[in-house]
Amino acid sequence: MEQDSRYRVKTLIVEILLILIGLLFLVPFYFLLANSVKTFGEILSDAAALPSSIQWANYKAGWEAIDFPSALRNSLIVTVFSNLLLVLFSSMTAYQMVRHDSVFNRVLFGLFVAAMVIPFQSIMLPLMDVTSRAGFSDSLWGLILCYLGFGAPLSVFLFHGSMKSIPLEIEQAARVDGSGTYGVFFRIVYPMMRPMYVTIIILNTLWIWNDYLLPSLILTSENLQTIPIATFMLFGQYTKQWDLALPALVLGIAPVIIFFLAMQKYIVSGIAAGAVKG
Amino acid sequence: MSRKKISQWTQQLVFVGPTTIFFVLIVLIPFLLGIYYSMTNWNGVSRSLEFVGLRNYAHIFTSDPDFRNAFWFTVRFTVVAVVLTNLLGFFLAYFLMKPLKSKNVLRTVFFMPNMIGGLLLGFIWQFIFVRGFAAIGEATGLSFFNLPWLGNEPTAFWGIVIVFVWQYAGYLMVIYIASLGNVSKDVLESAQIDGASRSQTLWKIIVPLVMPAVTVCLFLAISWSFKMFDLNLALTNGGPFNATRSVALDIYREAFTNSRLGLGTAKAVIFFVIVAIITALQVRATKSREVEA
Repeated sequence: MEQDSRYRVKTLIVEILLILIGLLFLVPFYFLLANSVKTFGEILSDAAALPSSIQWANYKAGWEAIDFPSALRNSLIVTVFSNLLLVLFSSMTAYQMVRHDSVFNRVLFGLFVAAMVIPFQSIMLPLMDVTSRAGFSDSLWGLILCYLGFGAPLSVFLFHGSMKSIPLEIEQAARVDGSGTYGVFFRIVYPMMRPMYVTIIILNTLWIWNDYLLPSLILTSENLQTIPIATFMLFGQYTKQWDLALPALVLGIAPVIIFFLAMQKYIVSGIAAGAVKG
Repeated sequence: MSRKKISQWTQQLVFVGPTTIFFVLIVLIPFLLGIYYSMTNWNGVSRSLEFVGLRNYAHIFTSDPDFRNAFWFTVRFTVVAVVLTNLLGFFLAYFLMKPLKSKNVLRTVFFMPNMIGGLLLGFIWQFIFVRGFAAIGEATGLSFFNLPWLGNEPTAFWGIVIVFVWQYAGYLMVIYIASLGNVSKDVLESAQIDGASRSQTLWKIIVPLVMPAVTVCLFLAISWSFKMFDLNLALTNGGPFNATRSVALDIYREAFTNSRLGLGTAKAVIFFVIVAIITALQVRATKSREVEA
């Protein structure tokens, strides 16, 4: 849509305007970072000013208050393994549905599509009953398997949409060369689908990493807390103790911001691709 | 059974089995159980359930001001938030298509907020509204910043709207940028030759051509705002005086604060029905307005 590539006065005005909006978007990060290194008194007296001295001790306290290493480890375990199971099994299911158009598979696909509409709150209360009977309660594995079940519909749907476009001839050629179904899937289909895998991993990562409600219902032990749960618990205990809470919040958002800055290209194109397909 | 049959069955089992088992266990069974529990007096503790028919539903529709308030709050919030996020997202995208020098940095900045989850954002903004705005108000004297932010109904409402727009506009921007990139130069040039003004080109040509993206973005924004929970919980916790309690939060409170899980599941079933109807209507309405270039 880039009409004219000349840089004119009008373009400059647009540029300045957008930079101002951009600065406005960054203001919250300024407040967060600047106040995270102030003394409690200084935060209360003037939250807008730059810190007069830097209190690194705040970070030590925040680090310990949310037990950051443990929360980070739990969040990583849950996000990584949920993602692995989700993309592996969802892509296999989508492949089978595309290549074997049976009544069962068609009904199942219809159920997946319909289930994407279900809000989590609509199933969470009976889900707690089911998970406690199935022995999923208070275990990271239980939580990961919940993400597999709850995330499967969208992931299968997205894989299904893009697998339809893989030409059958390539697979047939591989079969002639002696590959079985599993070989075709892992050597032909999987490499061709790689961009879709990236898209789905990114969408699921943003959701699972930041999710609060499901983990809060499944996990009860303190040593299993993920970052959102540990943060919530901190705020329950120390309301308004900002010199402790703000550094904890900075630590909490740091991993995801670093992930974003490192993977920005994939994330942005992944979201655009996921939206067009969805 | 022949060997071929057996290998076909094994393949179906291996490829479709794992997702099906966990989908049934985690989504389908709880969903169906929910319909049953919504007609009982389930309280989460005692194992004996009493079947009460449609009494929970009758209660919600006739004598539950909490649910009615939560519903209207959610509807008002959804309308305002969906319109504002889409307008901002679209115009950021539109202007970022221009040959700006700071284009890439700006895209990053606008997109970044939605990497952070609603819960942490809610806590961060709680600090900004309560402490930060007060400090800016003191320094500048602007009455906007001296309002009792989050302390009364209107400021709590607009507080959530501000954070929501800040969080999601960049996400929609990315989708609009992808779609604007597909609008062909030829169409725009011929419009220019035919003497179309800038605003005519925007509204009569570009907007209809990016209608598929509008469908997706409306769909996403409605779904985020109607189901909002984390941000609501962390920023206002439904307050002051339940004025900003969303339906999702109301279901949560009914179940875990009031321990009326039967009533909570009935609300959850109603919530599902409303979400399903809105989704169907919305997809249908926007699909019919899409045009092809």
